[in-house]
Amino acid sequence: MTVNGWLQYAVYSLVLLATVRPVGIYLEHVLEGRRTWLDPLLRPVERLIYRLCGVNADAEMSWREYAFAMLGLSAATLVFTYVIERLQANLPWNPQHLANVPTDLAWNTAASFTTNTNWQFYTPESTISYLTEMLGLATHNFWSAAVGIVVAVALVRGIKRTQSSTIGNFWVDMTRTTLYILTPACILYALLLVWQGVPQNLHAYTAAHTVEGATQTIGQGPVASQEAIKMLGTNGGGFFNANSAHPYENPTPLSNFLQILSIFIIPAGLTFMLGRMTGSPGHGWAVFAAMFVLFTAGFAVAYWAESHPYGAIHGATQTATATLPTGNYEGKEVRFGIADSTLFATITTDASCGAVNSMHDSFTPLGGMVPLANIMLGEVVFGGVGAGLYGMLIFVVLSVFIAGLMVGRTPEYLGKKIEAYDVKMSMLYALIFPLIILVFTAIFVLIPQGLTAMSNPGPHGFSEVLYSFTSGAGNNGSAFAGLGTNWWYNIAMGFDMLVGRFLMMIPVLALAGNLAQKKSVPPSPGTFPVNTTLFAVLLVGTVLILGALTFFPALSLGPILEHLLLKSGQLF
Amino acid sequence: MHSTATLEPSQTVAPKASLRSSAVHSVWKTSILFTLVTAALVGLVYPLVLTGVAHVLFPRQAAGSLILRNGQVIGSELIAQSFTADKYFHPRPSAAGNGYDATSSGGTNLALSNAKLAQRIQSDIDRLAKENPGHPVPIDLVTMSASGLDPDITPDDAYFQAPRVAKARGLSEDAVRALIAQHTEGRTLGLLGEARVNVLELNLALDDAAK
Repeated sequence: MTVNGWLQYAVYSLVLLATVRPVGIYLEHVLEGRRTWLDPLLRPVERLIYRLCGVNADAEMSWREYAFAMLGLSAATLVFTYVIERLQANLPWNPQHLANVPTDLAWNTAASFTTNTNWQFYTPESTISYLTEMLGLATHNFWSAAVGIVVAVALVRGIKRTQSSTIGNFWVDMTRTTLYILTPACILYALLLVWQGVPQNLHAYTAAHTVEGATQTIGQGPVASQEAIKMLGTNGGGFFNANSAHPYENPTPLSNFLQILSIFIIPAGLTFMLGRMTGSPGHGWAVFAAMFVLFTAGFAVAYWAESHPYGAIHGATQTATATLPTGNYEGKEVRFGIADSTLFATITTDASCGAVNSMHDSFTPLGGMVPLANIMLGEVVFGGVGAGLYGMLIFVVLSVFIAGLMVGRTPEYLGKKIEAYDVKMSMLYALIFPLIILVFTAIFVLIPQGLTAMSNPGPHGFSEVLYSFTSGAGNNGSAFAGLGTNWWYNIAMGFDMLVGRFLMMIPVLALAGNLAQKKSVPPSPGTFPVNTTLFAVLLVGTVLILGALTFFPALSLGPILEHLLLKSGQLF
Repeated sequence: MHSTATLEPSQTVAPKASLRSSAVHSVWKTSILFTLVTAALVGLVYPLVLTGVAHVLFPRQAAGSLILRNGQVIGSELIAQSFTADKYFHPRPSAAGNGYDATSSGGTNLALSNAKLAQRIQSDIDRLAKENPGHPVPIDLVTMSASGLDPDITPDDAYFQAPRVAKARGLSEDAVRALIAQHTEGRTLGLLGEARVNVLELNLALDDAAK
């Protein structure tokens, strides 16, 4: 570890902190239907979209209608992408003449992008045409990000409203999120990325005649436009196989800084929006603080572990010099080094982004456990756009419930009584996630089709399978990428991702609907305040305890066992 | 207000939404229309307009930062290419395809507990230690990058290779070291990332100096 590494963390944190308020206010303006400075330009486009799609923008929806519309759109977009993948050979913008994507892979990929996971069981540069990238995949990066944000906003409305039977209009929320937030930000961001060296063209791959006389085919394409929404929407699906480690996706330390900032910028802003919309700014900051503590803890462990690799690479220089910090460089890029690689790995799994700028599979056992554990905690540390906030609010409900039990009072949350139905929905959310991860992992470490895909022997092979189903259910999309692919994984992961997305969103919307119709009760001396340090501590504790109780046995069979064996010199 | 610890069921049940068949029909219709309209907007208009604007504002970067010599593309500033001759600096070993394949990026994904990785690193260290005895082998020279296309090496790595390059070219080691220093890019704003040397640019500078 170096002073510079910690300084980068500190500067990153300060810049993020500076964005929270302005971003949060803008999000509130857009999602509460207020005027923004982009109105003169975008208002006509917004009205045109409503007219073309037959949307009545003034109608409000119950939670069931809202959920139904969300599922309808997700199904339609899933089919849309599947069809494009299956037809890409006959469609334009396919200069490399890539074949149609096979059925099982097309299913996996369509499910993966619909659910904001962006798990990639393929090498994009040799599988996916430019048209499929733009129209089939980048579009999902917008839709799935917007779906996450609108579900979170629906839940916040549920908290805010009293005796209301509705939680907003799904189509209006989707349109405004896409139009006023994601698209303008992406245009600016993508141009910054091009400036740093990210390509944006529709040319066929370039044949270069190298200095030593060989031929090198250089894959390119419309990278920047996809890269921007991939990061900002916490999607994470790379234009290239190596994702944000590829020099064309992430060419400089500055582009890297923009990328990690863009992962957290909307999720962090949403905490501020939560505080404003519910009239309790302190609560927004308490949630922010709990997230920030967990982020810092993850980074500290990962950074330490990757700076102290084991005996396997002791023959190479391990003395830090002014220009070369020590550490595990297998699967890492020189321009990022250890600090930026571990910072990226922590942030991408705190959120449900899943983009990578280093290969998590080659991390040290404890270093690699951090991204895995981050996803297992539910990606509530800022989290995916929207998904992080509603995930954390589930933990908030559980925290006030636990606090209520401790003092023997009916738990209240911002004036709403938390009752059986609310706790049931929260527990449903909290239980579906580990259920699918552990059941799928158990099945795949028993069947031969699961075992042959492992690329590393010993406990690390188990970690690869555990990581993949965790990443799928968490809609993260990062991987211990050595894990091979076959029909069984394609199909199972597809379901893993869909269940992890939609079966978890429905309890959230049900909770939103139930909270919205409640009366507001004034705070009493027995009310547990949710804007205090004590609350933030309790929230961190709830997240950690629930995660540890659920996943510690699985972790001990994977990374923890590998760490202990490797430390004693055991290789596989 | 007296409250108790027992959980009461919600006093009013969440409203039963009327999902009539007409409403179901309209959700499908809106879903399909919304998919098509927004796909055109963010899937075609956005990337195509951006391609045009990028081409005007940053033509070199938008086309992939290609390097031309005598009208021929010899590579990209951002993409590592293979160098094996003694007179050139070598990039980090690559796991992209069969090595430096810019249509098949990726790392080894070998675990640190995998004996294959330990053996590979050890045999590379043994080989390189003979090339430049008495100097520790820089870690980035014996580890494969995440992309397999890492265009950079650390300055330590470059200095480690300097004696070999100097000997093959009949140059003084100091002249080569001066060239490395000239091509070392520090941390961005003195803060971000790590110091690095672009291998292709350094090798082209060596060739240019020889002319």
